[in-house]
Amino acid sequence: MTGPAPLPVTVATAAEATSAGPPGPGRPVRTKHPLPRGLFVAVQTAFLVLLTLIVLVPLVAIFVGTFQDGNEILRNGLTLDIDLQALSLDNYRMLFTDSGLYFRWFLNSVVLTAVQVAGTLLVSSFVAYGFAMYDFKGKNAWFIAVLLLMTVPFEIMMLPLFVLVNDLGLADSYSVIVFPFLAASVTIFFFRQYFLGIPKELLEAGRVDGVTEFGIFFKIVVPIARPAFAAMAILNGMVIWNNFLWPLLVLRSAEKFTLPIGLNTLLTPYGNNYELLIIGSFFSLLPVLVLFLLFQRFFVAGMTAGALKG
Amino acid sequence: MDTLQRPAAPSQRSGRAQVRGVLYSQRLAPYFFIAPFVITLLVFWAVPLGRTFVMSTQNVLFGQASFVGAENYERLWGDRIFWQAMFNSARYMVLTLLLLIPIPLVLAAIISSRIGSERVKGFFKASMFVPALTSIVVAGIIFRLMFAETGTGLMNQVLALLGADPVRWLRTDTGGLVALLALAMWRYTGVNILYFLAGMQSIPDEYYEAASIDGAGRVRQFFQITLPNLKPTIVYVTTISIYGGLAMFLESFMLYAGNNSPNNQGLTVVGYLYRRGIEENDLGFASAVGVVLLVVIMAINLTYLTLTGTFRKESVR
Repeated sequence: MTGPAPLPVTVATAAEATSAGPPGPGRPVRTKHPLPRGLFVAVQTAFLVLLTLIVLVPLVAIFVGTFQDGNEILRNGLTLDIDLQALSLDNYRMLFTDSGLYFRWFLNSVVLTAVQVAGTLLVSSFVAYGFAMYDFKGKNAWFIAVLLLMTVPFEIMMLPLFVLVNDLGLADSYSVIVFPFLAASVTIFFFRQYFLGIPKELLEAGRVDGVTEFGIFFKIVVPIARPAFAAMAILNGMVIWNNFLWPLLVLRSAEKFTLPIGLNTLLTPYGNNYELLIIGSFFSLLPVLVLFLLFQRFFVAGMTAGALKG
Repeated sequence: MDTLQRPAAPSQRSGRAQVRGVLYSQRLAPYFFIAPFVITLLVFWAVPLGRTFVMSTQNVLFGQASFVGAENYERLWGDRIFWQAMFNSARYMVLTLLLLIPIPLVLAAIISSRIGSERVKGFFKASMFVPALTSIVVAGIIFRLMFAETGTGLMNQVLALLGADPVRWLRTDTGGLVALLALAMWRYTGVNILYFLAGMQSIPDEYYEAASIDGAGRVRQFFQITLPNLKPTIVYVTTISIYGGLAMFLESFMLYAGNNSPNNQGLTVVGYLYRRGIEENDLGFASAVGVVLLVVIMAINLTYLTLTGTFRKESVR
């Protein structure tokens, strides 16, 4: 059996991306080149190092900002023209002694991310298994729906969903943040690609042993697919940790805010809390940065699988 | 297996047998598996989208809806701010395409070339990706403060180094646009590099070997082998960049610390939808904005699917 549905090229590129391990054997080296090899390497290295430094500047700037006075930043912006005398640990002291709801928001984000990631992985892999392993009536049409949903920006859906949530009186609850996105098209798509590579003989062996169709999924396929779950946990974790627009519309009470929503409320023209804005923003980056340093290859696999949203 | 079951009353047994039959049925199982998606599609996508179309023909005020036909669309057509938002979104989309396709493409080619230290290139690739990890909130806060209008802000200091006068970045149309594009480049260059690298890795090395035997230099190889073979990836990245650009909202929302900017210079189509629908509660009019945006994006989608031959049977890969 080949691919069940006529798939657009997105499928091919994403499939290639996910299967891309370490770079293959290199390209031939013996090509004519106008520059001597050593000089070329030196120029290339200098160029890449310079770009790396430029890209890291905003992060360095906010890190430096965590040591600066909030009013100063409100007045002068972020800068790398640092007055060493003016740097202090006051903001860190403030963060850990008197940061208001900040750690409440942090905890909300941690819990919501954990629950939503677990739910999304469970539901999306479940759906993907149906698409990957069975032939059934209407399969192509439903799968094309998955592909189409991958390309509809949430921004178009936000208004009708917002109206729906208000009509149902469900605003200000975490359930409406989680439920619409449990069957996530990008994640379904990724798992389907992965499951297609699992030999069908394994399923037959399970059937012979008297395992139910669902038992085969949970007991045989899920354990095999651990790398796919890792990649999707990381990607979804990052996206959900950073999720902003939908929670912004739904959440009303400050003690329910997630980190991005809470931080956004601190960005006011009056800026009476810029210390917390800066150091809070910086600390909100840390969990994702640490995960990235530990699991870089999972990020890359998940991202190229069809990260349509930033 | 039946021997393992405890004996049960006949009626119970038949009920249980039916349940067991369902659990073992290969014919029914797929419908259970895809049910969560079908329910999600209907409840959270199809119904709300259908409602958008209905509301776009209504005047909705405080829950009272009255049919007004095409009036919302007529208002939209004559609405100067809507066209300004359209222009802003289209301009942003075109400029991000011009910046975020060629530059990552060249950088990906540099990384995938055999020349140079793998360690430097690996570190470069990882660093370029780091901005994609930041939330739009944090990225927006950083860029808003870097593009501060005082002479002490980071970007104005860079200008000073170059011998230029400070700019009131977000107060001017061009300055605001530069800040938006800088933010987009910072966040997405690394991601697009990854897409292109993935595509380049799937090009067989033999192509390059053959070309180098024919005496083609690196630059010619890039144009004659890399680019043509990368076409599917380029088309894909272009397409997602088009709707990403047209639907841009949060970048501007964060940079201007809200949905209002001087002379609406940062207002996008989605920003206008947000303003009319969520801030001003004019649901009928905002729905019309949403429908127009959806039609534009679906048209691009269909063009893309046609270009890539999805509608032709032989395109199954």
